[in-house]
Amino acid sequence: MLAATKVDVAVFGASAVIVLAGAIGVVISANPVHAALSLVMTLFGVAVLFVAQEAHFLAAVQVIVYAGAIVVLFLFVIMLLGVDRRENVAREELRGQRPIAFLLGIATIAEFVLLTRGTSWVTGAESVVGPASGPGANVETLARSLFTRYLLAFEITSVLLVIAVVGAVVLARRPPPERPEEPEPLAVPERLHTPQLDDAAPVPATEVPAP
Amino acid sequence: MYSKREAVGSVTLAGDPLFGGGVDGAVVLIVLLKTGVAFAALMVSVLFMVWFERKVVSDMQNRIGPNRAGPWGTLQTLADGIKLFFKEDLLPEQADRRIFRLAPYLSIVPAFLAFAVVPLGGVITIAGRETRLQLADPPVGILFLLAMSSVAVYGVMLAGWSSGSKYPLLGSVRASAQMVSYEAALGLSMAAVVLVTGSLLTSDIVSEQSRSIVDWNLFRLGFLPFGIFLVAATAELNRPPFDLVEAEQELVGGFHTEYSSLRFALFFLAEFMSTVTMSAVMVTLFLGGPSGPGPDRGFPGAFLPVFWFLAKLMIFLFIYVWLRATLPRLRYDQLMDLGWKRLIPLSLFWLLVLAAMILDRRYGFAVFGAGILLGLLLLRAVQVGQSATDDAAGAAPAVREAG
Repeated sequence: MLAATKVDVAVFGASAVIVLAGAIGVVISANPVHAALSLVMTLFGVAVLFVAQEAHFLAAVQVIVYAGAIVVLFLFVIMLLGVDRRENVAREELRGQRPIAFLLGIATIAEFVLLTRGTSWVTGAESVVGPASGPGANVETLARSLFTRYLLAFEITSVLLVIAVVGAVVLARRPPPERPEEPEPLAVPERLHTPQLDDAAPVPATEVPAP
Repeated sequence: MYSKREAVGSVTLAGDPLFGGGVDGAVVLIVLLKTGVAFAALMVSVLFMVWFERKVVSDMQNRIGPNRAGPWGTLQTLADGIKLFFKEDLLPEQADRRIFRLAPYLSIVPAFLAFAVVPLGGVITIAGRETRLQLADPPVGILFLLAMSSVAVYGVMLAGWSSGSKYPLLGSVRASAQMVSYEAALGLSMAAVVLVTGSLLTSDIVSEQSRSIVDWNLFRLGFLPFGIFLVAATAELNRPPFDLVEAEQELVGGFHTEYSSLRFALFFLAEFMSTVTMSAVMVTLFLGGPSGPGPDRGFPGAFLPVFWFLAKLMIFLFIYVWLRATLPRLRYDQLMDLGWKRLIPLSLFWLLVLAAMILDRRYGFAVFGAGILLGLLLLRAVQVGQSATDDAAGAAPAVREAG
């Protein structure tokens, strides 16, 4: 069993504080943009924890995909829809939701405490899981299992994603706008009629006095 | 504990000789020193870059440019910085105060962090300990760069939103769409480099290219990924001709319209810092980093590689200024078309060709031919589809045009 060094404990403590502060911020922020930013904070804290567990690739992907793309999209939607105003947190939308959430939270905490006390697999040591995934760098191990053992699942997932993208494009596409009928040309009084080139033909030829 | 650390040592410590003998006080001091030096170097390079840009642009426009402060106006940036520092710091009434204050820092931090993984030179010795001229070499090097460039969008986006004003919001919405779309092309051309190198480490990417000039990824990958990266990076940096984020004629000042004083200076700094960082990344990925032309002599001397690095960096800095002085700004739909319809398909295609080339030359050429054929077919299909839609929907305007 690996013992946690002081550095490990410090890293874990710092990132745990960041993760928890972010999580609490998500829940109690009245402003959706603040909540989204707190979510980013939590994601960064978790990324640091991943690095401490030697899961470098996971940490990088966490930052690129979640912090870099998904929360940006959240923010984008919040800004575009203009829902970025403060919400009245005191009002309860779903009746009886809060006591239930409170009880479930207590139950979850109790469960965690029991689990951590019952067995001794939480040490906080650096890289407890790193060696478990086999030799070689993170990315190589991951790629090997992704493209051999789990190839079918991988391909099916990618097909599913492509279908989702195509579906989103199809749904988001507006039908080609019905062209409004050409408005009836305004009846132009005869006296305002301007002569045009192709009007010239039917004009009855007038006698031109010979010079 | 140390025996365990050695077991995964190749992963954790990624080969910098500094960490070879464990971590003690001196090592921590050296790392702090390196961080300070890297930060100072980046700051000085920003001072230089601002002056360089103004001077070169004014030369290209037959003007003189800054010439008052210092010899050839070199201290102009410093003077401007001090002036900005003493200006009044305005906070708009409608602003979201906390985020308005936070945004400038969010845009400056990723620029510096991305610079940390760029190898600047060979191995040097400080106080009897060898260390590389590279601040950090994380095992996911390239992914770290991508992560930083995707985080960089927050600064611009939040600055625009938190100002509580229309033009900044428009600017920041443009910025986020632009940066998210061009990141795909950026990532795909980075993937080409990773494919050929077979490693994510920036130090490995440089050492793979250091044998001779033909090993530079610029030539090895066949110019295309480099070109795509250059365009996508310019868009990521919001530099002209992709500077719709702060299009003066349309958006007043774009996302930083409401900023003044020190916070404005921070945005300015961040913009130029990321320009320098992105150029450094391009040197690393495509031009062999600190290795000189010709066969490498194993990083001789401590400062020759640094010289080569700076020389290559200058090329890119000049290109950026040149682009700014030459090209007019793109329209927004042109920008999106370029990103999604041209750069991304092109880089995907080239990635496939490169992967096939690595397997076998014949496969490579087969994929190349098939790709071009399929691309033409697709293009024709799109044309047919488009004209069919036009016929269905647009009969009336056609008549009107004829009439």
